[in-house]
Amino acid sequence: MNFDFSDDQKLLRKTAREFLSEHAPLTLCRAVLESDASYSDTLWKSTAELGWQGTSIPEEHGGAGFGHLEMAALAEEIGYALTPIPFSSSVYLATEALLLAGTEKQKQAYLPRLASGELIGTFAQAEQAGESATPATTLSQKALTGNKLPVPDGDVAHFAVVSAKSGKNVGLALVDLAANGVARRKIRSIDPSRSLAAIDFDGAAAQWLGDAPCGAETIRQLIDRAAVLYAFEQLGGATRAFEITREFTLGRYAFGRPVASFQAIKHRLADLYVEIELARSNSYYGAWALANNAPELGVSACGARVSASDAFELAGKEIVQLHGGVGFTWEYDCHLFYRRAKWMSAILGNPNIWRDRLIERLQAGNDVGRRA
Amino acid sequence: MDFNDTPEEETFRAQAHAWLDANAERLQPGERAAGLESRADPDAIKKAQAWQAKKADAGWACITWPKEYGGRGATAIQNVIWNQEEAKYKTPPNIFGIGQGMLGPTIMVHGSDEQKQRYLNPMLRGAEIWCQLFSEPAAGSDLAGLRTTAVRDGDEWTLNGQKIWTTGAQYCKWGMIVTRTDATAEKHKGITYFIVDMQSPGIEIRPIKQINGMSSFNEVFFSDVRVADRNRVGAVNDGWRGALTTLMNERHSIGGGAGGPDFGNLLQIARRIEWNGRPAIEDAGVRQHLARFYIRLKGLQYTTYRTQTALSRGQTPGPESSIGKLVGAPLRQEMSAFAIDLQGAAGAIADRDAALEEGAWQAAYLGSPGLRLAGGTDEILRNIIAERVLGLPPEIRADKGMAFKDIPTGNKS
Repeated sequence: MNFDFSDDQKLLRKTAREFLSEHAPLTLCRAVLESDASYSDTLWKSTAELGWQGTSIPEEHGGAGFGHLEMAALAEEIGYALTPIPFSSSVYLATEALLLAGTEKQKQAYLPRLASGELIGTFAQAEQAGESATPATTLSQKALTGNKLPVPDGDVAHFAVVSAKSGKNVGLALVDLAANGVARRKIRSIDPSRSLAAIDFDGAAAQWLGDAPCGAETIRQLIDRAAVLYAFEQLGGATRAFEITREFTLGRYAFGRPVASFQAIKHRLADLYVEIELARSNSYYGAWALANNAPELGVSACGARVSASDAFELAGKEIVQLHGGVGFTWEYDCHLFYRRAKWMSAILGNPNIWRDRLIERLQAGNDVGRRA
Repeated sequence: MDFNDTPEEETFRAQAHAWLDANAERLQPGERAAGLESRADPDAIKKAQAWQAKKADAGWACITWPKEYGGRGATAIQNVIWNQEEAKYKTPPNIFGIGQGMLGPTIMVHGSDEQKQRYLNPMLRGAEIWCQLFSEPAAGSDLAGLRTTAVRDGDEWTLNGQKIWTTGAQYCKWGMIVTRTDATAEKHKGITYFIVDMQSPGIEIRPIKQINGMSSFNEVFFSDVRVADRNRVGAVNDGWRGALTTLMNERHSIGGGAGGPDFGNLLQIARRIEWNGRPAIEDAGVRQHLARFYIRLKGLQYTTYRTQTALSRGQTPGPESSIGKLVGAPLRQEMSAFAIDLQGAAGAIADRDAALEEGAWQAAYLGSPGLRLAGGTDEILRNIIAERVLGLPPEIRADKGMAFKDIPTGNKS
């Protein structure tokens, strides 16, 4: 049995932890949250210098040529530090879309500049409140028309991969967000350290990612792949929130004893720990499936996504509650986690959607899984 | 990252497989080995003993025990592999686990040379079966509050009191019992540990009828039971140390599969049962429940893989290995309650002939509360995780520093 990261991968994670503890303290997340900035450009550039954005991009396209296990290890640390950078949009979504469905020419045009951090990409899917499998946005005659809302990091991205249709076909459109016919505005985000935009396309010049509309299955696959990496960020965020809560309740005294000595508090921390460990195990399975292009990816992405979303949301709630009154203040950092947890859970489809998707996949015969 | 054996593990698995294949019958797909409810049946016990002796002759009994005691000094991961392989065969239920997994290792650490010589080999061979006499009516989670007394009388001791939740007492040859030998000392400091012959005069064993109608445990009453001093394990009044060794080994052995119907069966019946003319699985609420169960089960399964990985790499498993029972036992209860809900009014049927799946879910529902209590209640497990894994402060002890006899007892039963 070898169901864990390798020593090299763990070393990578440790190095990332050290780097981010120095260059991305929670004060950085707060600085972005409290300012007009949408992200920390300094941190974006310094992570790019380390080559993080190009982790899973092959060397011939300017990347580091690592696999997705290395990417997952980094994602956990990016989440642990609550980094205020558009990493998930540009790397797990835009970059992965190009790797998954792009033509060689498209890869050559975009991947080296994504790897270097010069380009920020994003994925524009949602169009209105609710969930819809088919986009209303249309690409026809190389012109993209429709409204996407919200687009994560859409105000700072240079280009977007946009879910769109053409007649009965669905696919992913590649569009330069500086092009004519693109109007975008920043929208207030529940987590202002991760920005959102509304983007209106009015005949903007665009092309299909790949030679033709890639189809719904490829879009689902893209989202599954990103969901696993999202899960690692969520896992990291949950772990950090847990650690802060533990420290605080150990140091805070009431009735002459640390509040962490009361069973009511101990049991909640134990339960939170359990949820995080279950999320970790489910996420590892997702990482294995992702790294190996295994047929279990669909089912395992559901498990990782739901487990990590639930764990992070619980951690976000508990860090506030177990801090007591100060947990509700702007001054304390608890709300940074409370916000980020919900942002990450909302953006790629909430846990209810993913649970339903899991049952759909189990019914479709990817049944209880090869490793049941 | 993968699920493969190392080359050494592969070799070991092949050896285990080869021996099992030559000596046992492989289970067919979907077939289950004999359940634990047949434990007390004398024929089943004989079959279990015969299988154990066969394994012992070939060196496949108690493989983690040191070679000097008849084991093969196997590593923890080899033990995992052996158990995985043995589970694929039609073998009798293991009725030796308490002795071999918990009491034997205690004797190895705290027992005299004479005790090791006398007891370990028949225990390994299954010739003598052992039980653990720990819990009492007034001492469960707070085990050190035990009140069964042992009073010295020359080369012997006289035992009086009552033990409870004793698995297998009715067919065991030996038991290991913790007793109170000094009530004027603090509660952990006046305890002495003994080996007791379960056929001794003065021992009365009464099965406990559980809420599911089965009797997996017993009450054991001690009235002037004589135990030779040479059967004392460890020093007088120092028995708590030995008891802790036993309990540490218990933590390693609890948390295995509960048996009974599984998620695959739940999914099947959700597809088969109709709600208002449509398969129940099409109901959004049903889907949400099913997904929650599946994800928790898989989370546990992959957590086990992580633990096995640590063992395979020769490391001590991380604290994640402690979550199994706390997650698994309540989950079993929730799944069985849900499986009953799925069946509508028919969910109330327990009759094997009339109920869906021969009443397996109803049986699981009635049996599952026991899983949340045995071997540490949910609440005790949360304390253990909080204190030993998360490093949170221990409970404040109201009886700290008090002589045992002065500790308030309230309602003892």
